[in-house]
Order: sequence, then structure tokens, then C-alpha cells
Amino acid sequence: MGMAGAVLNRPGAVRAFKVLVAFMAFLPLAILLSRLVGSGLGPDPGQQITESLGIAAFQLLLATLALTPLKRWTGWVGWLRVRRMLGLFTFFYAVLHLLAFLQFILGWGDVWATFTKRPYIIAGFLAFVLLIPLAVTSTNSMMRRLGRRWKTLHRSVYVIVLLAWVHFFWQARSDIGEMLAYGVVVLVLLAVRVRWSRLLRAGRRGAPSA
Amino acid sequence: MLIKNSPAWALPENDVTPEAIYLNRRSFMVSALAASAGVALPGLLEAASVPGKELPSMSRPEMSTSEKLTPYEDVVRYNNFYEFGTGKDDPARYAGEMSVSPWTVKVDGACGRPGTYNLEDLLQPSQYEERIYRLRCVEAWSMVIPWIGVPLAGLLKRFEPASSARYVYFETLHDPEQMRGQRSVFSTIDWPYREGLRIDEAMNELAFLAVGLYGRELPNQNGAPLRLVVPWKYGFKSIKSIVRIRFQEERPKTTWELIAPQEYGFYANVNPEVDHPRWSQKRERRLPSGLLSPNWRETVKFNGYGEQVSHLYKGMDLEKFY
Repeated sequence: MGMAGAVLNRPGAVRAFKVLVAFMAFLPLAILLSRLVGSGLGPDPGQQITESLGIAAFQLLLATLALTPLKRWTGWVGWLRVRRMLGLFTFFYAVLHLLAFLQFILGWGDVWATFTKRPYIIAGFLAFVLLIPLAVTSTNSMMRRLGRRWKTLHRSVYVIVLLAWVHFFWQARSDIGEMLAYGVVVLVLLAVRVRWSRLLRAGRRGAPSA
Repeated sequence: MLIKNSPAWALPENDVTPEAIYLNRRSFMVSALAASAGVALPGLLEAASVPGKELPSMSRPEMSTSEKLTPYEDVVRYNNFYEFGTGKDDPARYAGEMSVSPWTVKVDGACGRPGTYNLEDLLQPSQYEERIYRLRCVEAWSMVIPWIGVPLAGLLKRFEPASSARYVYFETLHDPEQMRGQRSVFSTIDWPYREGLRIDEAMNELAFLAVGLYGRELPNQNGAPLRLVVPWKYGFKSIKSIVRIRFQEERPKTTWELIAPQEYGFYANVNPEVDHPRWSQKRERRLPSGLLSPNWRETVKFNGYGEQVSHLYKGMDLEKFY
């Protein structure tokens, strides 16, 4: 990677990058709070907050999933150093989104009926439930304890991103442009992984057997 | 960074509180009413720098709710008008790109006086009424809005509907040049926006054609220059910026029914007993809804106008005809 690579691979650079990413991950919340104080949320602030938190969670999930491809394409390890943090930020926003929905949209009424009857809610809630074990097992000691199973468990994130997208898409009313754009990002992120696993298997088959 | 857009209708927050002045005007009107045989004079709203021409009108308290009005700023900046985008603030931002003068309305179908009419020829400002109606959106929020306009029935009768005219069909302006939402490639709406009423619904005394709100001409984002207001139905029935009225025998297909018939029906009467497939209709958030005081209230069948309209649906299964 030459000079730039040498600079980027210094521990200080990776640390600075982590701080920058953490700062950016807090931005959606900071913007919401500033709009709340400035009453820029309009006459239905609960709806706005719930939507914004959901979109933040979804965008952070996509960002988390983009890190491994970025590492492979650029070779820079810094990307992987922020993966756990972004994953946990995803969970953080998902928790806030769910709470906002319960508090501002449902008002804690009709909870059971809503979470059993409405398909888009079920998809979103499933995605949230599946995030819980990933957040719980995100520590180093859990990684050590689970060993190889850790990786298998964390592959459920591919199901989660599909569920999250379906949750989002099913809320479209008439203009699906935004939902489709996100769908393309999801597809690209999943497609590169399918390709890698194919390459890996082909490589194994092609290699002389021991 | 916090970016604040200030479109033409926006007021500096410290400027005026239009609804307060407006409310003054209302009490002023009550006293004027006794003095001047029911015709209110253009009053104190002049003090407010609210855009739009002032429209004198006769107040119709017996057709009005006395509930607290939704503030003017919320009525004009929180809109569903997909012709200008699907965001709630898109209409306020972009509806200024539409020109509403001159405006013509094409009237055709089963009636004695079809033709293309200039808007001024259709309206007699001396007959403007003011009615304060509840507006219940299918998305489970609601507002209380003082409309100015004319009863729909009176206008429709002038076109001499034939006895075969069992339905009235309405169409919104279709002009992608002026309506950026219509330029979107990903919209599933087959423009123009279409709506319709059964003729007896249209002739009901509550059905109203609005040309103004809060004592002034309609802002574009609220459906200028002419929009329907049918307060016992979900808001999407109250079609905006009308350019066409047609009398017909068969039931028209309406826009939301065409997009998602399992979610939106032709009747679309406000009904807490029939849920939208994606959410409950039992309650609504009366706007403005605060964070600490969400302002929830129980939704009432026919939006509380059952006394005037429930007879229209006698014997009908409203679960089936939602």
C-alpha cells in the first residue's frame, strides 16, 4: 500500500478512525435531539423519531455488512476494527426504534395483536430478536467460548438484513424508489459473499487433496 | 448541520400566532353575526402576515365542531399530497411550483350542462361558508381545520346531473412539469389522482368543496384552488386541486383502490372497527401530538358524523365495503 498504507496502518490511525466512526454513528441521534430541541420535528414528532431511528438502525446494519468487503477490496485492516462497534450501534438504534414504536405509535396498546397480526411488524421484530444473541455474544470472551460456532451464529446477520429490508419495503405506500435503492445495496452485500464462498469451495476442490 | 427551509408561507416563529388572532376573529364574528344578518366582515386576521387572499364567509356553527383547532402552521406544513412527493413536508416545499390561476374544471358525463368552466364562474364568493371539520387520515392521525368553501351538492346541481348519474368522479391536475412527484419513475400511482363518491354521498350536506382555510385562500399544498372535503371519510377521499368532475353510472375506480384494493376501499369511511391490514384504526393521534403528551384519542365511527351520514350505509356490511 506504499506510504499511505504505512500511515494508515499505524495504531494511532486506526484509533482515530474508530473515534471518527463512533462520532458518525452517534450523528443520527444527535440530529434527532437537535431537531427535537428546535421543534423541527413537526406536529407528529413521535412518528418522525420512530422512522428516523429505524432508518438509522438499517443504515448502520448495512455499514456493518460493508466492512468485510471493504477490507477485502482495500486490504486495510482498519475496517474490521470498527465492525463490532457498528454492530452494537445497530443494536442500540434498533432498541430505541422498537421503544419509540411502542411508546409513540402504539402507546403500549394493542401490543400483542400488533406483533402477531401485522406482517411488516413481525418481520421487523424478528430481525430485532435475532440481533439480541449477536449483541450478547459480541465480547471477546464469548468469541473464545463459542469458537467455531461463533461464526456460524453470526451468519444470521444475513437473515436479519433481509428481514429488515422486508420490514422497510412492506411499509412503502406508493413510491418504492428509496426501498429499491436500499434493496440494491442489500443484494450487492449478499452477492459478494455468495461469490466468495463459491470461490472458496472451487479453490478447495481444485487444491491437491492431502 | 441543522438546515431550516423557510418557504413562502412560513412565518418567523416570533411573528404572529395566526390561530390566536384567528380565534379572536371568530369571537369578533360572533358579535358581528348578530349585527349584520349572518355575514362576517373581514376582521382581525388582516393584522397577521399570513399569505393568501382573505376570504369573507358565513360561519356555519351548526356544521362545525367546537374542538380545538389544529394550528395553522401544522395544517399547512404537514400534508399528504403525493403529486409533490411522499414526505409530509414535501408539499409545503414544492407545491409553490404549481400555478393555480387561471384554473378550469372540466365537467362531463351524465349531466345537462357539461363543459369546461373557469373556476371564477363556478364560485360565488358571496356564498362562501366556513365550516370547522375534523379530518381523519387513514394513517391514524387527525386534525381540526376551519375550511372555507361551498356545499358540494349546490355546485353539482348546477350541472343538472341525469338520473343515470349514480356516481361522481373527480380528478386532480396531472402536470409533471409543475408536480414533481408525478415525475418519479418509482411511483406506483397511475396519475392523475382519482376519487369518487356515490351521488347520495356527494349530495349529503356535509360534503364540501373548499377554496380556503383559516379565513384565507387555500395554500397550494392544501389542494388549491379547489378541493373536496368529506369529513366522515379518510383524508385521501378529499381530493385536491380538482380539474375534472364527471357524472357516471358505474362506480369509478379510485387511486388508492387501484394501488392496494386489500387496504383501501371505495367507501373509506372512518371506522374504528375495521383495521387497515398494516395498522389499527381504533385510535388516532390528534395533531399536534407532543412527545410527552401524545394526544391519543379513540377514533369514532364516521369520524363522529354518524348522525348525518350513517343512513347512507344502512344495511351495508361495512367490513366488506371498507
